[in-house]
Amino acid sequence: MNITRKDFLRLSGLSLLAFAGKKAVQAVTGLTSAPATAAAAPSKAVRWGMVIDLGKWREQAGSERCGNACSAAHNIPRIPDPAREVKWIWNQPFEQVFPSEQTVYTRQTYAGRPIPVLCNHCENPPCVRVCPTGATWKREDGIVMMDWHRCAGCKYCIVACPYGARSFNFSDPVAYIVPVNPEFPTRCKGVVEKCNFCAERLAEGKQPVCVEASPDKSMIFGNLADPQSEIRQVLGARFSIRRKPELGTRPNIFYMV
Amino acid sequence: MFMFEKALVGSRKYWIWICILLAIVLLGFLAYLRQATVGLAVTGLNHDVVWGLYIAQFIFCVGLGASAVVVVLPYYLHDWKAFGKTTMMGEILGMCSVIMAMLFILASMGQPQRVLNVLLYPHPNSLIFWDILVLNGYVLLNAVITVTLLGAKHEGVPPPKWIKPVIMLSIPWAISIHVVTAFLFSGLAGRSFWLTPILAPRFLVSAFSSGPALLIILILTLRRLGVFDAGLEAVKKLALIVTYCMLINVFFVLMEVFTIFYSQIPGHTEHFEYLFFGLDGNYQLVPWIWLSVLFSLVALTLLLVPRWRTDTRLLTWACVLVFVSLWLDKGFALLIGGFVPSPLGAIARYTPTLNEWTVVAGIWATGAFMITVLYKIMLSVREEP
Amino acid sequence: MRERALIGGGLALFLILFTYPLWHAAAFRTEAKQPRLQLPTQSKECVAPIPYMRADHMRLLIEWREDAVRRGVRRIHLANGKSYDASLTRTCLGECHTNKAEFCDRCHSYSGVSTPYCWDCHHKPQLVAAGRTP
Repeated sequence: MNITRKDFLRLSGLSLLAFAGKKAVQAVTGLTSAPATAAAAPSKAVRWGMVIDLGKWREQAGSERCGNACSAAHNIPRIPDPAREVKWIWNQPFEQVFPSEQTVYTRQTYAGRPIPVLCNHCENPPCVRVCPTGATWKREDGIVMMDWHRCAGCKYCIVACPYGARSFNFSDPVAYIVPVNPEFPTRCKGVVEKCNFCAERLAEGKQPVCVEASPDKSMIFGNLADPQSEIRQVLGARFSIRRKPELGTRPNIFYMV
Repeated sequence: MFMFEKALVGSRKYWIWICILLAIVLLGFLAYLRQATVGLAVTGLNHDVVWGLYIAQFIFCVGLGASAVVVVLPYYLHDWKAFGKTTMMGEILGMCSVIMAMLFILASMGQPQRVLNVLLYPHPNSLIFWDILVLNGYVLLNAVITVTLLGAKHEGVPPPKWIKPVIMLSIPWAISIHVVTAFLFSGLAGRSFWLTPILAPRFLVSAFSSGPALLIILILTLRRLGVFDAGLEAVKKLALIVTYCMLINVFFVLMEVFTIFYSQIPGHTEHFEYLFFGLDGNYQLVPWIWLSVLFSLVALTLLLVPRWRTDTRLLTWACVLVFVSLWLDKGFALLIGGFVPSPLGAIARYTPTLNEWTVVAGIWATGAFMITVLYKIMLSVREEP
Repeated sequence: MRERALIGGGLALFLILFTYPLWHAAAFRTEAKQPRLQLPTQSKECVAPIPYMRADHMRLLIEWREDAVRRGVRRIHLANGKSYDASLTRTCLGECHTNKAEFCDRCHSYSGVSTPYCWDCHHKPQLVAAGRTP
């Protein structure tokens, strides 16, 4: 058969492309990106939420117990440079958490008082919407979860989060973890991390470590979908606010004033 | 098919230029290796400013991608014959700019080896998914167009009929790359500085200013070097496009300034105040934003007077000023302004490190290298009898 | 004529060098030392048959990982009736394969496998060995 060298090369190239293309299509359609419902799905609906009692918290005057408990349990590195901190739950002055709530006349009631902030595990999380790989997603039980095997470190979720709840690992965190909890993995450099509502403890029926460590029941954690739960009683009894509700994220962390 | 051998023959000046570029590429690569080993801690990025110089360069380079459509659209859709010799230059410039943009994305990632996860686990909710698709599609389109047209010219035959619809497709596709890149930012409820519908139009007009400005500089440079003359008629028309688009760009910025400062919502005014006047003692970006304003005003003055706009020396200066002004704006201030103040009110300081600048220089040199080589091939094919 | 000899000689030399891995072991009667693994002492039974684990433990790890992390299924029930907590840190590396250097690394070095970066985060064996645990 009289075929020119150019045509032969073109034909081989196209055949190779077609073969590789088939494999690519198989890879894309075969792998499911959305996490399927767990085989052992809970029989009743669960929506985890948390209430932080600001009044009780004010009495604690900036207790570090919650942050320390979380850091110890989850191998959160203590980075010396505050500009590169990795933090899941920490204290922040009231006026920075609720900037729209400040007035000259009410300043003395709250000015400078630290309150705990963490990932709000929003009902409508912008971070989940922007993640290009599905490394962060919203579980059936409401937790906004992270998969550190999938995260490519694009940091779009940090950009999208209106609350500054996420941190990036600028370098290998292992050297900064003191002491190490061998029962929980660490993260590697180049991935984003945030509070995971102690999903691994919830799976064993335990409360999150920060709630257990919180002084004097100033943090209440429970199932918002269960009308009989303690958290629902508390929310029904006293007024509470959430961070930046006007953005439509519908946070699940409530602050009781 | 690719005729790379044509890039291996050149004058002394050509080879010196290539060697300089490759040296910078090597330095950038070494700097990137350091970043890949240690992590992004070698940059100036921090907890609050997580996207910095790399992503800002990405935005700016996507904008430069408009240099193709700005000559392709008038030539193919409206028969502007004057652009006949510039279309290939524009397509090559546009394609290499978008390749640079994608290299900047890779440079900013914490785990770049996982970049394929975006395609293996597609999430159409995320604008990054669409950006990867449109940017790669654009490079592929322009690559096919360039190779086909140059190949046909080399063979001395008219280009195949199917290339016409491909070129037509590249026109709306070119518009889409700017819109999708703007959408990356303009849909984030938590970042009020970018949450404006005018961001995509701003990206479009600044692209249509910076892209042709660079194209004019390249056309005039090739002319001055005596290797190629795309025609002063084309340069004049491109200068007009730059003028009008810069005017519209300034107009759009003024529109933003009015809405922000008249409505006086603190969450919105804070970012503009930080950029233009400083906030809480942090004046880091103030001189640069005003420099950008100054450059754009001087450039507009040079461009609006016809006698000056048609003077190639003054026009070159005007285009350089346009390029630098838009680089300061789109390539730095626009991005950092969105992060300061942070969602928790922190006024973060961001200073790119030497390592960061070296990687940036390396990627720009890679782009310049690609453009040089492809222009050399283009010119060699043109000169064939 | 002379070129033919040169070309033939060059080709022969190339073929000899190119096929070196194929004939060297037979010619010099050397044998690569099979990796000697330090088997786990804590438990007797592996979670899956040894031939399967040798060939496909990566597949099992990824399946368990996807189940635990992405689907929230942390208890894996196997066909032989046993169930395991799907935790690389606590179960796989914590209960059985605590010796990375004398088990995992032996085979990986022998096969030239450098891709597993699991231990970047799932540190249990190294940390316990280095005494960094409380």
